[in-house]
Amino acid sequence: MDRHTLERHSDFEWWIKPTGEMRVPGIIYAGEKLIEDMDEKVREQVTNVATLPGIQRASYAMPDAHWGYGFPIGGVAAFDPEEGGVISAGGVGFDISCGVRTLHTGLTADELKPIQEDLAEALFHSVPAGVGSTGAISLSEREMDEMLSGGAQWAVEHGYGLAEDLERIEESGRASGAKPECVSHAAKKRQAEEMGTLGSGNHYLEIQRVAEIFDAKSAEAFGLKQDDLVLSIHCGSRGLGHQVGTDYLKSMVIDGYRPIPDRELACAPIRSELGQHYLGAMRAATNCALANRQIITHLARGAFQRIVPKANLTLLYDVSHNTCKIEVHDVDGSRRELFVHRKGATRAFGPGHPDLTPSLREIGQPVLIGGTMGTESYILVGTTEGEKLAFSSACHGAGRAMSRTQAMKHWRGRQVIDELREHGVLIRSRSFRGVAEEAPGAYKDVNAVAEAAEHANLARRVARLVPLICVKG
Amino acid sequence: MARWEHFAHGADVGVRGLGDSVEQAFEQAALALSAVAADISTIAPSETVEVHCEAPDLELLFVSWLNAVVYEMAVRKMVFSRFRVAITGSSLTGSLAGEKIDTQRHDVAVEVKGATVTALKVERAADGGWIAQCVVDV
Repeated sequence: MDRHTLERHSDFEWWIKPTGEMRVPGIIYAGEKLIEDMDEKVREQVTNVATLPGIQRASYAMPDAHWGYGFPIGGVAAFDPEEGGVISAGGVGFDISCGVRTLHTGLTADELKPIQEDLAEALFHSVPAGVGSTGAISLSEREMDEMLSGGAQWAVEHGYGLAEDLERIEESGRASGAKPECVSHAAKKRQAEEMGTLGSGNHYLEIQRVAEIFDAKSAEAFGLKQDDLVLSIHCGSRGLGHQVGTDYLKSMVIDGYRPIPDRELACAPIRSELGQHYLGAMRAATNCALANRQIITHLARGAFQRIVPKANLTLLYDVSHNTCKIEVHDVDGSRRELFVHRKGATRAFGPGHPDLTPSLREIGQPVLIGGTMGTESYILVGTTEGEKLAFSSACHGAGRAMSRTQAMKHWRGRQVIDELREHGVLIRSRSFRGVAEEAPGAYKDVNAVAEAAEHANLARRVARLVPLICVKG
Repeated sequence: MARWEHFAHGADVGVRGLGDSVEQAFEQAALALSAVAADISTIAPSETVEVHCEAPDLELLFVSWLNAVVYEMAVRKMVFSRFRVAITGSSLTGSLAGEKIDTQRHDVAVEVKGATVTALKVERAADGGWIAQCVVDV
């Protein structure tokens, strides 16, 4: 992107001035280098989102923004139903409530060394991953609807995990207002064999070492110490969420709000039958994702139990980065209930936010940033300033620098696995091609993204994590 | 001449089919879609699945067709290597031939979540043939 076409408000804040049909400005948070490397399509999509009715303050892009579907990936936009605000299936994404969950293990990196191979094997065989994989859980139609209403709470009630896990999940593990009846039969059928599966692509389960602490006070509050081992899971709502996205994108293209600058921005007024049906279905898919991550946690705990019984897996936090949530924010001096879309962006509530669980309220919300299997991931904490800057939002990951086709030409899966092993990272995957397409070099520098989020005051770095075991789909 | 290709999209993959007719372009694009998930040269067309879809215009019919393929891949845990399409007005009947996924033999890569309306086009090519394309989310 040509930075000269943007208005520089600070080293990390760049504006697209409202012109034409834009109702609000566009604001991109990133350093100069990230801006220059950013796809021109991000500007186009940020601009298009700014034309939608009911949008508040600005159409935002996070430091890891890239070309998405209507909304950029890394896009944040909040809509007020009182002003004709809309909800967009593309603004949430196909993998509804895709997110990252990180757990403490109670172990240190030194304790992993003698069991690293065994643990990698145990996790690989415990958590189904990859194209065509199936889970062991089969739900009847009634049970499926209960899961879609109950989310991680349902999972805990059915023996997957612990009650104390729930307080460390957004919305206590359950999106309220879910309407399983608004989820198609096709979507439920697609989920039938996929409960407790990781999926493929950039989804993973990793054992990571805390390699660096940036903010000792927040790290202590999060229970993180140098060289601690943590477990991170990145996955979403599996086939059900993908089908809900597919079904409602089509409905919104055909029957949604008009006019829109491009039909990939398909949306529906929040206060319309279609908007309400999508909201109900999206929340059901959110619960599917929350239940799925909860079940995977349970499977991972089982693997740890077999290999290293002294491990104690407790939940640090669970964030979703493809969402639309109702939140109360200040707009022009008044408190308003807004529908905040975060597509490839993470909620990042600052200290004192009333929606945070009491044990985190004083320090702020953990923001979990997934990297790549060879490099690193980050834990950040939400800031007070983040509310004014971007409705308390931050980045979600590294973002691809290279297409899958290009990556396949550059790397061979076997070679990537061997090279990472030499660096102490064990990869387990059923697909060499999948590993090649996910090679660390195909991604942008997650360090630059996390730094930019901090310099922009969206969130502050707490810890850097490096992978030691990675189970890929 | 009928052929397919992938085109770059930030995080995902664009699929493009080219053919002498709309139907052929749709069939080729489905091959491009299958090639995102697996090596199509390894897939025997031994089992056939029929699909039917409708949409108010040709471009949305194309997206619906690809999504029908995605759906059959997901629920049947199959991959496909041969496609036949017939279009009448706003409805499409398609047949998909393939087999159950074998992770090793089919050199699988990534599952496709859905076909999008991003970079969506169904139009005449310069040579008089047809192009059908869109980005698929993986």
